[in-house]
Amino acid sequence: MNSLILSAATRFLAPLMLAYSLFILLRGHNEPGGGFIGGLVAATAFALYAKAEDTGAVRRAMRIAPELLSMLGLGAAVMAGVWGWWEGDAFLESVWPFLVVEDGKKEGLPVGSALLFDVGVYMVVVGAVTALFLALEDDASRSPDDEDADQSGER
Amino acid sequence: MELIMAALIGLMAAVSVYLMLAGNMLRFIVGLSLLSNAVNLAIFEAGRLSFAAPPFIAEGEKAPTGDVANALPQALILTAIVIGFGLLAFTLVLVYRLYGAFGTVEIDEIENAEPRG
Amino acid sequence: MAEAESPAGRAAGVRRLVPALLSALAAWWFFGFVPAVHGGETVFFVWDWAPQLGVSFAFAIDGLGLVFALLVTGIGALVLLYAAEYFRTHPQRDRLLVLLVLFELSMLGLVLADDALTLFLFWEGTTVTSFLLIGFDHEKAEARAKAVQALIVTGLGGVALLAGLLLAGQQTGTYRLSELGDYALTLRNGGMYQGVFWLVILGCFTKSAQIPFHYWLPNAMAAPTPVSAYLHSATMVKAGVYLLARLSPALSGTDLWMWTLTLTGAATMVLSSIWAMRQSDLKLGLAYTTVMGLGALTMMLGAGGEGAILAFCVFLIVHALYKASLFLVIGILDKKAGTREADGLSGLGRDMPLTWLVALLAGASMAGLPPFFGFIGKEAIYEGALHGDAPAALVAVAALLANAMMIAIAGAVALTPFTGEFKAKKAAPTDAHLFMWAGPAALALLGLGFGLAPGAAELLVAPMAASVAGEAMDVHLHLFGGVNLPLALSVVTFALGYVLWRRLPRTRESLALLEAGGARQGFRLLRGDRALRPDARPLGDFERSYDVFLRVLTGLSRETTALLQSGYLPRYLRVTMATMAGMTAAGLWVGGGWPSIEMGEAPGLMLLVVALIAVASLTLLMTARRLLLITSLGVVGAGVALIFALYGAIDVAITQLMVETLVVVIIAVALLKLPRIALARTAAAQRARLWNGAIGAAVGVAVTGALMAVMDGEIDRSLTDYFEKASATIAFGRNIVNVILVDFRALDTMGEIAVVAIAGLSALALLAARVRPMKDAEK
Repeated sequence: MNSLILSAATRFLAPLMLAYSLFILLRGHNEPGGGFIGGLVAATAFALYAKAEDTGAVRRAMRIAPELLSMLGLGAAVMAGVWGWWEGDAFLESVWPFLVVEDGKKEGLPVGSALLFDVGVYMVVVGAVTALFLALEDDASRSPDDEDADQSGER
Repeated sequence: MELIMAALIGLMAAVSVYLMLAGNMLRFIVGLSLLSNAVNLAIFEAGRLSFAAPPFIAEGEKAPTGDVANALPQALILTAIVIGFGLLAFTLVLVYRLYGAFGTVEIDEIENAEPRG
Repeated sequence: MAEAESPAGRAAGVRRLVPALLSALAAWWFFGFVPAVHGGETVFFVWDWAPQLGVSFAFAIDGLGLVFALLVTGIGALVLLYAAEYFRTHPQRDRLLVLLVLFELSMLGLVLADDALTLFLFWEGTTVTSFLLIGFDHEKAEARAKAVQALIVTGLGGVALLAGLLLAGQQTGTYRLSELGDYALTLRNGGMYQGVFWLVILGCFTKSAQIPFHYWLPNAMAAPTPVSAYLHSATMVKAGVYLLARLSPALSGTDLWMWTLTLTGAATMVLSSIWAMRQSDLKLGLAYTTVMGLGALTMMLGAGGEGAILAFCVFLIVHALYKASLFLVIGILDKKAGTREADGLSGLGRDMPLTWLVALLAGASMAGLPPFFGFIGKEAIYEGALHGDAPAALVAVAALLANAMMIAIAGAVALTPFTGEFKAKKAAPTDAHLFMWAGPAALALLGLGFGLAPGAAELLVAPMAASVAGEAMDVHLHLFGGVNLPLALSVVTFALGYVLWRRLPRTRESLALLEAGGARQGFRLLRGDRALRPDARPLGDFERSYDVFLRVLTGLSRETTALLQSGYLPRYLRVTMATMAGMTAAGLWVGGGWPSIEMGEAPGLMLLVVALIAVASLTLLMTARRLLLITSLGVVGAGVALIFALYGAIDVAITQLMVETLVVVIIAVALLKLPRIALARTAAAQRARLWNGAIGAAVGVAVTGALMAVMDGEIDRSLTDYFEKASATIAFGRNIVNVILVDFRALDTMGEIAVVAIAGLSALALLAARVRPMKDAEK
């Protein structure tokens, strides 16, 4: 798709959406948001970028293969679980290394294994959705000649 | 409202099943998408409907003040939506490839997919 | 011998002895328990498994278990030593040794298990390892078929056994076998006795090859000889009688027990002895005598009374010692003289003196000659037969007939091949390697030693008998118990046995003739069924029932598969959906009919949204235009998101909106390449649409009804209440939905993101052939 307006707008919109998705991810524990929503926003940003430019541009901008990103996300979630196992006594038990609770008041930074887990969720959603979308887009936007050649080869 | 919602969900389920049975893969996908919406709504309704505040706890409080909506089905549905999307996308790609291989999306025309017993 | 010269070869040569060594160490360890167990003690090893269910990983070493453990590890060590030499150059020697060790461990677990489920676990372990061992020569179709047969017969028995044990556990409230005996009365009067009894019996009889399940055991001789010696004479096939003995305190004492075991045991004993005489293959003949031994043991357990229990214990040890020894001797003959056929072997005594000596020692014990342990065993059987609960005449006559035939077979194995004119397949047979004759020699000598010093055997037999009887027993073993009826019976046995042995070749021939001609064969020919079958078993072909069973089973599954797996997708879906609607309707009907619920408040905005979704849904139903489809889908999704938002589910609403956007985008991308939807106008298509409409409507009504029924009931908010209270205080988060997702129910979420990731990867794999790799994209 070669729309000048879309292309120009996306140049501003996509980074903004990405930044916003991170914001949503991080505030998710207390306000509306979280890994799922953040991941979907980021995936939408990449989809938009792919529509405005092309899939190669998205792949270059991501720097990492989206399917790899989703696997890393799964790994991060598992790590968060193991962390809880190591420090606490159950797989996925949440751990808050920078948080001290005194008299019901919490002091310190509310960052812990739950956040790592949510980041993992975010990465999985971004990675899986983007990978799928890019592959589909790549495939669908090939010229009909390729398509025919492919098909005759397959039959 | 509960009654109307139940009827709506029934209608959505009926339409989606009809579409999924139609034997055309495109209609199948549309039906699948509709069905996952219907199921999500059903879970949501089963968790009781109320025009209450979203389930958030105010800063400094230990529990929600006043009535809030049931958080449990919301958590279930939230993941169900994303999974439903994953499933739908996968099915779509499957149909897409099927068309590439057989040149049709009509089940009756795909004969050598599985030998009939 | 080249193997032993290189260092690596020597290492391999030593390695092959490791299993035997380990097994010997285990036997030594178990031997250490003899004084304690003889003193009446039972040593327990218990670990919790599923304490909520009363299931534990429990082991007990009592008299019965200890004797079996010693047999398993002791004979195991000797057989492993033997096998290491027997398979010295076999390319798959290590596989065999590993399988044998695995089997040994399973068997050990089985005889020491004190928990019903632990026992079952190891029981199945022996079934599976036995399957692998019988099918060791897996390149032979015959070995595979026999292995499968053994697996099916004993596996089915295993299922029955599990059911029986569970029933018994439910009735008594304990799964500990050592406690079951205390509940014998509860079990007998509880109404479940029949069920428990028959299920357990089925398991034990199949495992221990009792008629009519005996046929798998001779067939299992497809296994290599060391395997047969170990599994199918001394250990695995005894698992069935072991369990009968183990459960005897809990289940025995009824007429049902007495008659079933005595009659089955007697029939098995006599018939298998006749079949044994018919065999010209020495190994096969021995296999049938194993069936005879198992029948005798079963019969003794059934006969009941102190004498019979004593006979059971003594004969079990006697049989294990001589049978394993003789099997190993046959293996040596097979290896060194080149054949196992009775007609092809004679006069080997001069070339193989050691082998002959061992065969003589073991054969004498088998024949029950004094002063061998076998004599004590035979006397004990007669003693038990005469003073048991079962009719003495029946038991004694069966024992007499079978014992006489045992003498004939013992002669055929221990004398005939070694005396007379020289005849063998290989030119210069010699004695075997030390490793190969050490095992049978040790076992045969034990048979002599126990006979000369019965006091040593008492150490083992007394606690064993106490375990079987469920109470302490006064045990005294004598070589010579005075001139009495058992002695007289022994004398008759010897006379009869001698005659049978002298006439054995002719008996064999006449049995073969009986089988070749005879009424059954004539009947078969009349039916035009099969011509003469040279390998048919005489006097009843029970294996046919197995064949028929298998044929019916496979036929039945083929029919059902054809019915259910039509291969036509819409039919699968129709059946699934109709079933779902039907089940829901049935549930509603059982639950009291169509539910009714309050209308509740219905604001105008909500009604509008609902109407929008309904119209969009119906549009999906009607239209075949792709753009309209996509738009309507988007409208439905947005409407649903609006409902979520209005009812206080803000996170869900956002997610729904995002997903709906992406759905529309990817469907749009794909639809560009997909064809238009064309609705067929044929009559068949119309009819199908009618059906689909009916099923769809049924599902819709069922869903509405089910949902109304749910709304009619009370909701349990305890989980939600907990999450609301704990969200801020424990998990330090104020967005309760997110806290549930990443903390309280994080494991669920982890599974769900795994699904998402896998869906993405799978789609990628499907498209892979057409995806440009990243490198290309950068160019």
